[in-house]
Amino acid sequence: MTTQINDEMMEAISALAKLELTDREKVQAKKDMRQMLTFVECLNRLDTANTEPAVPFCAAVNALREDEVRNGDGRQQTLQNAPDAAEGMFVVPKTV
Amino acid sequence: MTKRKIESEIVTLSKLGTEAIRNLSALELGRAIREGRTTAIDATDAVLEQIRAVDADYRCFITVAAEQARSRAQEVQAQIERGALAGPLAGVPVALKDNICTRGIRTTCASKMLADFVPAYSAEAAKRLEAAGAILIGKTNMDEFAFGSTTETSYFGATCNPYSPKHCPGGSSGGSAAAVALQECFFALGSDTGGSVRQPASHCGVVGMKPSYGMVSRYGLVAYASSMDQIGPMTKNVEDCAAVLEILCGRDAKDATCVCPTDTDFRTALIRDVRGMRIGVPREYLEAAIDDEVRDAILQAASQLEQEGAVVEPFTLGLTEYAVPTYYTIASAEAGSNLERFDGIRYGHRAQEESLQKLYTVSRSEGFGTEVRRRILLGTFVLSAGYYDAYYLKAQKVRNRLVQTFDKAFAAYDLILSPVAPTAAPVLGRSPENPVERYLEDVYTICANLCGLPAISVPCGETKQGLPIGLQLMGSRFREKTVLQAAFTYEQTRKEKLYGSK
Repeated sequence: MTTQINDEMMEAISALAKLELTDREKVQAKKDMRQMLTFVECLNRLDTANTEPAVPFCAAVNALREDEVRNGDGRQQTLQNAPDAAEGMFVVPKTV
Repeated sequence: MTKRKIESEIVTLSKLGTEAIRNLSALELGRAIREGRTTAIDATDAVLEQIRAVDADYRCFITVAAEQARSRAQEVQAQIERGALAGPLAGVPVALKDNICTRGIRTTCASKMLADFVPAYSAEAAKRLEAAGAILIGKTNMDEFAFGSTTETSYFGATCNPYSPKHCPGGSSGGSAAAVALQECFFALGSDTGGSVRQPASHCGVVGMKPSYGMVSRYGLVAYASSMDQIGPMTKNVEDCAAVLEILCGRDAKDATCVCPTDTDFRTALIRDVRGMRIGVPREYLEAAIDDEVRDAILQAASQLEQEGAVVEPFTLGLTEYAVPTYYTIASAEAGSNLERFDGIRYGHRAQEESLQKLYTVSRSEGFGTEVRRRILLGTFVLSAGYYDAYYLKAQKVRNRLVQTFDKAFAAYDLILSPVAPTAAPVLGRSPENPVERYLEDVYTICANLCGLPAISVPCGETKQGLPIGLQLMGSRFREKTVLQAAFTYEQTRKEKLYGSK
């Protein structure tokens, strides 16, 4: 099975990945994807019908604790790298 | 002798000069500081001087925190003198890979996306080193977001190999490896997701280790592939590596995957003894396309360990052709997911756009380099509806089979010995048409990441061109001591070879 990578598919993947490619980049990206997918498709040669997916290494137990604030009000720090901030909030383009 | 001559002799004997300081290992320096033969300030000045002398040509550092380092060195020296700090690495200058958050010091991941990002907190690994009295000198160069194996994808330009400026230092922790080799620091931290500590260590002639998954907290390490990332030491010798690992390892409430066992006194494993250790060498690894000089160096090392009493033999590992495609499918998927947070909203590069969607896509497209965008696209694809089962789930099943393969191998062997890379460092500017060609070079290192195993790279020779070759020793999960003991033993045999018997 070789997945065909066409323009429509690249558009869909780019949209999901939130990436914008120039026309030249789209040509190269299609080529890259085809080469990479051909490469990873060799996994199909291995029969894994009776194999479970790998489980996380740590005993998969969620580590829980009481919901109590332990590190103070981090608002100032959190905003310090903001591209745009005002009144203690991140400023973003209008959406409604 | 005249009085003046005696006085000047006493000065020479009692205080180490800058070059002599730089020649020390991290532990030797720690000892010299405790014994008063030098100070944390002198050691810091010695490496800062070296950075001024050579870093413009090699580009190991993205950020040099000279003033903070000097002021911290004063503090630490005072604490050492009054006995408040007595650890083995107190006062020793260290460099951190620039994907490890350091409070108040720019952390860029070698990307335009984070070129001006200053974290408000430090990574757990950075805090542990600080508490131990190590002096942070600066942040080292790397492949952008750690996606790469040559350090060429850095937004700030490539680092050069200390042994040959027209060769790369390896990657993605190329800056850290080269900084140790060039004596710009006494040890460094890197991160390893597919070999990114071990491979540059091999290419730069230093020791580099990836601990078992779960040994070192990933809190504050900018994530690449969360099921595989580990921070690891890059050092001048195995002893230093064990000492750094002792400081780094330990449970952390802020990283639930950090399930580190309590048995972490790694320096007790530094004994020259491999008698009876069973070391397997996978046939497939040596039959693959590999430079003759690398193969010879590896086989020579294997024979050296055999002479020390280990039982070394070839064996058939199995499934080796599936390891690299499995790795790239899973790593790209996890990376694509982890890099979704860079959207221009809360931090990082933001494009001037009016609509929210455009702001996301343009910020990301402008902020990320080619390789990063390539892997995000692949990762997004393999996780997308309709393809998730065929690609991502399939890769996770093959991963499970690889885990079982290594479990079986470690039932028969204590260690697996292999090359780190098929060649010594490639030249800078080499860009194969097909990215897959580069990916295939990771064949020896990625299984340790896929299966969560500890693995170390130790120098084992040089090519005729003078480029270093590294040997990899891999153990079963949480068996760092076995790995370190064998690596230390091997390193001791090389000293005899190089310097004759003592």
